[in-house]
Amino acid sequence: MKRRLLAAVLCVMLALTPVVAQDSSSTLTLVTHDSFSASEEVLAAFTAETGITVEILRSGDAGTMLNQSILSKENPLGDVLFGVDNTFLSRALEADLFIPYESPLLENVDEQFQLDAGEFRVTPVDYGDVCLNYDVAYLEANGLPLPARLQDLTQPEYAGLLAVQNPATSSPGLAFLMVTIAVFGTEGDYTYLDYWQDLVANDVYIADDWSDAYYNQFSATGNGGNRPLVVSYASSPPAEVFFRDPQPETAPTGSIVADGTCFRQIEFVGILQGTDNLEGAQQWVDFMLGQQFQSDMPLQMFVFPVNAAAALPEVFAQFAALPANPVSLPADEIDSNREQWIQEWTETILR
Amino acid sequence: MLAHMRRYVLILLPLGFLTVFYVYPLVTIFGVSLAPEGQLDLSGFTRIITGSYYLETLAFTFGQALLSTALTLVFALPSAYVFTRYQFPGKSLLMALATLPFVLPTVVVASAFLALIGPRGLLNQALMSLLTLPEPPIQLDRTLTLILIVHVFYNYAVALRIIAGFWANQNPRMEEAARVLGADSWQLWWRIRLPILRPAILAAGILVFIFTFTSFGVVLILGGPQYATLEVEIYRQATAIFNLPMAAALSLVQIGFMLLLMIVYTRLQRRLASDLVSSARIATPVRSWRDRVLVGGTLLFMLLMLFLPLLALVLRSVVTLDGAVTLQYFQQLNINARGSVLFVPPINAIGNSLAFALVTTLLSVVLGLVTAYLLAGRLGQFGQWFDPIFMLPLATSAVTLGFGYLIALDEPPLNLRSSPILVPLAHTLVALPFVVRSVLPSLRSLPPNLGEAAQVLGADGWQVFRRIDLPIISRGLLVGATFAFTVSMGEFGATTFLARPDTPTIPVVIFRLLGQPGVLNYGQAIAMSVILMLVSAISFVSIERLRPAGTREF
Repeated sequence: MKRRLLAAVLCVMLALTPVVAQDSSSTLTLVTHDSFSASEEVLAAFTAETGITVEILRSGDAGTMLNQSILSKENPLGDVLFGVDNTFLSRALEADLFIPYESPLLENVDEQFQLDAGEFRVTPVDYGDVCLNYDVAYLEANGLPLPARLQDLTQPEYAGLLAVQNPATSSPGLAFLMVTIAVFGTEGDYTYLDYWQDLVANDVYIADDWSDAYYNQFSATGNGGNRPLVVSYASSPPAEVFFRDPQPETAPTGSIVADGTCFRQIEFVGILQGTDNLEGAQQWVDFMLGQQFQSDMPLQMFVFPVNAAAALPEVFAQFAALPANPVSLPADEIDSNREQWIQEWTETILR
Repeated sequence: MLAHMRRYVLILLPLGFLTVFYVYPLVTIFGVSLAPEGQLDLSGFTRIITGSYYLETLAFTFGQALLSTALTLVFALPSAYVFTRYQFPGKSLLMALATLPFVLPTVVVASAFLALIGPRGLLNQALMSLLTLPEPPIQLDRTLTLILIVHVFYNYAVALRIIAGFWANQNPRMEEAARVLGADSWQLWWRIRLPILRPAILAAGILVFIFTFTSFGVVLILGGPQYATLEVEIYRQATAIFNLPMAAALSLVQIGFMLLLMIVYTRLQRRLASDLVSSARIATPVRSWRDRVLVGGTLLFMLLMLFLPLLALVLRSVVTLDGAVTLQYFQQLNINARGSVLFVPPINAIGNSLAFALVTTLLSVVLGLVTAYLLAGRLGQFGQWFDPIFMLPLATSAVTLGFGYLIALDEPPLNLRSSPILVPLAHTLVALPFVVRSVLPSLRSLPPNLGEAAQVLGADGWQVFRRIDLPIISRGLLVGATFAFTVSMGEFGATTFLARPDTPTIPVVIFRLLGQPGVLNYGQAIAMSVILMLVSAISFVSIERLRPAGTREF
């Protein structure tokens, strides 16, 4: 019986083994993070245009994905890597992962997104702003004004109302930490750590990840927590309209886009060293910058297109606010200080 | 000659599996991490020993695990008594339901508890309106108490199943004799039951301890970020900071600590006196008031501790925030509103989950059985030395092992790093300790001379296994199989850190939905969790049905 069992196991194993060894010029492997998405229709258009099938290989969050690619640099997992953002960019560039490529479509892309202009090792694809979101109904019912700047959040009227994420484990959490660093600085008589201590004194809720903060603590959605302010994305309000049935006339949540309250994340694509399908990889980079893919992105990944010519879906045009002056820090400064900032923050705020 | 060959194959099978899919990837990643340019970098260890932070983390990790384990055992032991001793309707269904928490992702469990005892939770709302209180009476968010409660919620079934599965095999005559001789119930517990159950209690205890020692989500989400375990630190170092020497040093400390513990455990786990020839204990119907109180108390505990949070989750899946009853979350699961490539019809996710879980269960039952024979010394006395090592995968951080797979299994003949087969293999590694720990206490309580006697009478090895061993270990084996299945259904550990093509399982779909804003996404995630519970419950009851003929229900 045991032998039969073993045979059965082997059969199942064989059945599960994927058909490998396809013609490498006709497939392209895209290494990306768990949140990547696109329309089936758009991917089919790429295949129809180029004859190339795109295979999507997901590996964890953006940090895990990048580290896996660095570890397997000598024997890369795929041809193209998408999803490195500006907080991880210099780690990726230092590891020398990419083959430079200057896409002709970059002419439609604003310079503020081209963080590797001149060398073209990575190409910007989308951006999104980490901003405070608020529960419209709650603030109205309680006669609370919108906080206009970060300092307001330490005032008594906002006590116990805000949920944020731990920057050590969450990407929007890290982005919000960056905002406080850019606004309050690391030196002087009122540093970002002083600000955080005031936030803690005002009963801020530090959640482990975005899902917990947004769905379990935030009052406007999910499980219905009791905090009307949460760190999320400027693109979340359109999602709260789109993902309701029936869709409401007005957005139940909003984002605060005042100067010095949002952090801009830019995501990049790069061609991995060691690809045996360079031409296909370049076609894919062009495709990602093209209007079809760029207009598809907002509703797929809740990000904004970098291609200025791309049309926004209506729900985005109507309900998404864009900050005029989001905070940004140089990529190399972020990468060289990340560990220290997180460590200091952890020691001061959590212990 | 042939018998010798067979023995070697049996010995090599589990050892080979462990070497290829655990030791080799781990040694490779430690090599790359600690000696990137051939130069040994041990700065991580110095940092761990010199700063107080990591030592405090280790102390907290150890302390909460010890408390959680003790609590789980204290609650599970009386329940195991009731489940072994009494016959009452719905027993196996209750057992299946009690195992459900084990398959649920932590974020979902956090939601379940918040839906129940959060500030706007059902229980708090009910108590507030019932007792006209201005404030919610239950405020456990962000406390050690909540961590402990949820650890018991998760692990209660592990202890209950292992202890009850073992107990059902023990001969009740010893107890009867003690009673006739005038032992009171205190003496019965202290002198008879606990000593008899020691192997099973220790086996369950060590599993629960390792599970809570490496606890990740429960501590982070429900305890809040001020609590951190070693596992959390390893994850931070490996992903956010990419300090591989530090991550490797912490992983090694964690593994080393577990190894020490396992060695102590192996020593404690002395063999039972083997005159307890097993005979199925016969459960009796509930007769006296005392019986009713015991059974009723156990059911009440299970209701409050396990079923209320699950029930709150089921309610959440059909009731909107405004209180309207709806099926739209379930209906939406089948609609690909955005034409997304991420979309997975639930039936496919269920299929993937079941396929992985089935392969995992088959692999771990076969390997676990052979491993148990090896560790029981039945393939040679030396086998017992391997006991501590087979528990280590459970105590190894998933991100470390994931990175190890990536760089170790990247070339033919083992080019598996982006193959879906790696998923059940990784699951098997985690499931194996459960099968081994479930089978081993029964196997060890089996007197070896029984098999020898059978062999003298002309039985071959296969017959001895079928006729003598299997009836006695089958119950433990079923417990192990259930947990192997559960481990895979719950998508434990390493798989989140594997690069994988699209074979999304139910937990993967839940995570994807929870990663996007929008009430419908959240509702669908909860609906999918309910589906996960349903599929698991049906599977547990079916596994229970597999019980070989000749063993009685317990």
